[in-house]
Amino acid sequence: MPAPSQSNSRRDIALAALAGITPTPGVSKPDPIIVADNVLRKFGGLTAVNVGHLEIQRGAITALIGPNGAGKTTFFNLLTGFDQVDEGSWTFNGIKISGTPPHKVARMGMVRTFQLTKALYRLTVIDNMLLAATKQKGESILRAALPFLWNAQEKAATARSEELLTRFKLIDKRDDFAAALSGGQRKLLEMARALMVEPELVMLDEPMAGVNPALKQSLLGHIKDLREEGMTVLFVEHDMDMVRDISDWVIVMAQGEIVAEGPPNVVMRDKAVIDAYLGAHHDSTLEQDRG
Amino acid sequence: MDFIFIAQQSFSAALGVNTIIFALAAIGLNMHFGYTGLLNFGQAGFLAVGAYSVATLVVSFNFPLWAALLAGIFNSIILALLLGLPTLRLRADYLAIVTIAAAEIIRQIARSATFNKYLGGSDGITGKFGKDFFDLNPFKDGLDTPFLRYNGNDLWVVVTGWALVFVVLFVMWLLVRSPWGRVLKAIREDEEAVRSLGKNVYLYKMQSLIIGGIVGSFAGFVYALSRQSVQPDNYGTALTFFAYTVLILGGAARVFAPIAGSIIFWFLLVFIEQMLREAVGAGYIPEWLIGVNQVGQIRFMLVGLGLMLLMIFRPQGIFGDRKELALDARA
Repeated sequence: MPAPSQSNSRRDIALAALAGITPTPGVSKPDPIIVADNVLRKFGGLTAVNVGHLEIQRGAITALIGPNGAGKTTFFNLLTGFDQVDEGSWTFNGIKISGTPPHKVARMGMVRTFQLTKALYRLTVIDNMLLAATKQKGESILRAALPFLWNAQEKAATARSEELLTRFKLIDKRDDFAAALSGGQRKLLEMARALMVEPELVMLDEPMAGVNPALKQSLLGHIKDLREEGMTVLFVEHDMDMVRDISDWVIVMAQGEIVAEGPPNVVMRDKAVIDAYLGAHHDSTLEQDRG
Repeated sequence: MDFIFIAQQSFSAALGVNTIIFALAAIGLNMHFGYTGLLNFGQAGFLAVGAYSVATLVVSFNFPLWAALLAGIFNSIILALLLGLPTLRLRADYLAIVTIAAAEIIRQIARSATFNKYLGGSDGITGKFGKDFFDLNPFKDGLDTPFLRYNGNDLWVVVTGWALVFVVLFVMWLLVRSPWGRVLKAIREDEEAVRSLGKNVYLYKMQSLIIGGIVGSFAGFVYALSRQSVQPDNYGTALTFFAYTVLILGGAARVFAPIAGSIIFWFLLVFIEQMLREAVGAGYIPEWLIGVNQVGQIRFMLVGLGLMLLMIFRPQGIFGDRKELALDARA
């Protein structure tokens, strides 16, 4: 974990990089990790996603918000290869990855979590973690039956898993089935597991859904830590307090399109956003904040 | 009632040829269903391919036995690829439909008049195609003890069969405790999550289907060689469902489950049959209630009842963990 004195450094870098950018939809960023162009996905007559141009800044925490049915999760599925586009393309680190199957996207360093947590229930917590380790020799059928070929690697992966479990306060559950964890702990496990892949870009689909307030704080801390370790974070969220608290940049989707983007305080005052999404709720949330 | 005879028959069956065949068939299913979550309802097809490969190639094409066995393994791999290529990208239930249909297609082809010359139609193939195997038999006198009794050929099949079962089981044990096995179990729990972590799910499912299919073809080898004949109707859907029964009786996703399940299944089947036969013969059960000719059917009813009770009171099987079973995969 980074020392407290440095804890703002990456945040400052990210904010500085994004400081001078005009908050308009599709604006270009100084160092984009993802660049998407003309992404179109239709379900029958419904246009679920129609994104003209979008760039995600490297090293920053970007929030993707929007009302229910805005196409956020569909857009996530498209970017990570879990769904196929009708039109459009996008690059990750300058490499075109549209049309790449999900497992290859993950191997390139772009790892996602799911809205409905996908803990592997009848595997132990430690096995959940070990599964995600990359380039495992023992995962090849030709080497699997010869443990001496992969034992050393397995030990190293176990040590790294235990380190992450300690950091996410799940080490006591090491040998429990993942099904025995609470909803919030499963979210933590899913995030810790994603880190085993050593991603460059972590994509979190509603990390706070169904998490109790105490755990929420610790999840927020973990997400900020990802940025401090040099990872880029893109997350979908409905919890406005969280979005305001941790994001460096906010992208707003409505009816499949990007209607606004910019720093959180700017976006939340944007007329288009208030019209499309926040409406009366925006004011009531502010009320609570003042109280 | 001759209890020594009943015991001898029951124990001989418990360790006998059929137990070996169903243990092997269930080990293959355990790889498919227990570890990977693949609903293969066509295991009988893999047995048929193994059995017919041996019988046809030796009898009709004069292959040496070892070459026919190798060809049988090769053919079971081809069958796994044919089944897997179109279905493994789809949801699990499609695989179930395709496999059950494929196994029936194989059986119908085997009994068709068109291929009568090679596959023997509905009579199947009978011949000395196991000669190379039985020539190696050092136990020509068989075994005759109060508890176990086999003739010479059966004893040789039983000894080599159990050796094969333990070799296969040892390899399975190594495989499922490896990182490779961990990926399979993860696929059983949730494919999408495994994909999101960078694993090629399709490849792993195919490997699992092939390995379980090869073990299924081993069961077919034992089936064909032990009887020196193959008959198409032995490879119907009932065979697959008995193999599932054996697996679930032992406890799915447990390495030793197929052996325990198969031993118990065949012991009960023969024990109940012999008890009924003796009881009817000695007049303990009146002829108007159960006739001698009805014993064969009634034993299946009683075994079925026993299995129902087991599933009610011990749904996890012999080796299973009830707590693990209670964890709903989608909870």
